[in-house]
Amino acid sequence: MVSAIKESRGDKVFLVLVYLFLSAALLVVLYPLLYMISASISTPKFVNSGEMWLWPKGLTLDGYRLVFDNAKIWTGYGNTILYTAIGTLINLAITLPAAYALSRSDFYGRNLFMILILITMFFNGGLVPLYLVVKDLGLINSMWALILPVSVTVWNLIVARTFFQSTIPRELQEAAHIDGCTNLRLFVRIVLPLSAPIIAVMALFYGVMHWNSYFTALIYLNDESKYPLQMVLRQILVLQQMGSETNEALSSDMAAAAASKAEVASLVKYAVIIVSTLPVIAVYPFLQRYFVQGVMIGSVKG
Amino acid sequence: MKASVPAQASPESATTRSHPKRNSPQPGRKRNQWRRRIMHNWELYLFIAPCLLYFFVFHYLPMYGIQIAFKNFLPTKGITGSEWIGFDHFERFFNSYYFWDLLWNTFSISLYELAVGFPLPIILALAFNEVKDGLFKRGVQTVTYAPHFISLVVMAGMIITFLSPSSGILIRMLEGIGIDTPAFLEDPRWFKTVYVVSGVWQSTGWGTIIYLAALAGVDPQLHEAAIVDGASRLRRVLHINLPTIVPTISILLILNVGNMLSVGYEKILLLQNSLNMESSDVIATFVYRTGLVNNQLSFSTAVGLFNSVINAILLVTLNRIAKRTGNSLW
Repeated sequence: MVSAIKESRGDKVFLVLVYLFLSAALLVVLYPLLYMISASISTPKFVNSGEMWLWPKGLTLDGYRLVFDNAKIWTGYGNTILYTAIGTLINLAITLPAAYALSRSDFYGRNLFMILILITMFFNGGLVPLYLVVKDLGLINSMWALILPVSVTVWNLIVARTFFQSTIPRELQEAAHIDGCTNLRLFVRIVLPLSAPIIAVMALFYGVMHWNSYFTALIYLNDESKYPLQMVLRQILVLQQMGSETNEALSSDMAAAAASKAEVASLVKYAVIIVSTLPVIAVYPFLQRYFVQGVMIGSVKG
Repeated sequence: MKASVPAQASPESATTRSHPKRNSPQPGRKRNQWRRRIMHNWELYLFIAPCLLYFFVFHYLPMYGIQIAFKNFLPTKGITGSEWIGFDHFERFFNSYYFWDLLWNTFSISLYELAVGFPLPIILALAFNEVKDGLFKRGVQTVTYAPHFISLVVMAGMIITFLSPSSGILIRMLEGIGIDTPAFLEDPRWFKTVYVVSGVWQSTGWGTIIYLAALAGVDPQLHEAAIVDGASRLRRVLHINLPTIVPTISILLILNVGNMLSVGYEKILLLQNSLNMESSDVIATFVYRTGLVNNQLSFSTAVGLFNSVINAILLVTLNRIAKRTGNSLW
């Protein structure tokens, strides 16, 4: 850029204000995150009294011990990993080929298909009619109810289509056709290997969606043993019900350590927040580039 | 959407472009040409088949099910077998004592969220754009994007914990500077603020990305010319950067307003309790409660349909207004 011309005093003041604004934004977002990490390894007494407000006080790992002793949380964790893995695979298997087909300008009927898909973004049947369809398919209380109704999201489909449109040169496809290459071979052998970034973006977007969703489980699952992690978290964090296991663990080996039920509750809360969010937050800084890329591709067109 | 523009190329050009080796099609053989075009790429129809099947089953079949809003739906009789009753469910809803409360809560939460939550990412993105690339900028970006990945359940848990009257850190802090704290989650007057502020905390950073992408497209020559003319930084932000992202702002605004009545009910549902109900109950949570908790399937569908129709009307109206400025969706 142009830095040859000296900045005026007004510009300097403006820039200082910009930095102050950004620093304020940083603090406001960072503080609750740091606080939760600190609270999860501090003695509940200090946390609840407000003595612990930034750095951990009275270091303890009891919260994590209680979380790891809780069978419900483990089951939820296992379920979520299973649902996320299978769900994301299905998402990719359906979204990528469809997006590729829609990206081809010689694909007859693609405008019609695109309109049919876009309509669903702005008008839908609503909660009960969808519930009835899922019920008629016999999916209630099965993991497929959490996976199949969200097989494709329109946004991700558009992002993937835009990527294919802008990165796969038409000449490549024409050359492949002249050489007698079928569309299937073209897609599997040439297009997919060129599309590693979009596959990563899609897997991440869909993966986070499955990991964080609770509402589908709330409406479609009755059986607690099938609950994903977020539903277990809802019981602990929102409905404030501890698993019976936690209380047992408390009465057996930790009764002396924890003064009251409330203290245990608060200990478990922070630890469980960290444990459940960690996988996503831990991988996120390394994959940030891909996430951002995904949003940017989507914003170029559409 | 604008995305499908290239597809509107005329059939001739599409054919010649994709089959350069073939002779140009002769007139009067349109039908053959059609079949050839479909057969040529028959595999692409297999590629898109699962996707279309998905949209048919989970989006269009439910639309067929909307008819139960006008029926007295009995699961034993099925959707087609149930008896038509016209607009009874709608009348019941419009005449109910909670109708205006639901409508007011839904609109006021949406508007509140829009008024506070919509401009902030724009301001933050403009600020990011003024700062040199480096550790500071990347650090702030990484941190402010992070809350986007926190699940709604954890978010609700954080809100409840931070605002707990007995031990919440936010309560402690406000007390520390001498502010009398209301019971944020029990007092209906505070529910909307809690909802909106927590939403701002979670999504402002992530919301900047789309604007930053648009800002990357600003022509540097405009800035150079403005500097030569003696324009200050602030003026350049207001008169060069901001106008560049106006199309993006306009499109996002349309989309947001079009989704006005589908406020984040998944989050509201988590924060709702019997004490804040009078200001936290929105149409979508009502639809969930009456339909899937209290099992009034037809009535709930009617309320949901009312919601969807208003949404669609808002979207179309806003798009029509935006069309005049040339920034419409379609």
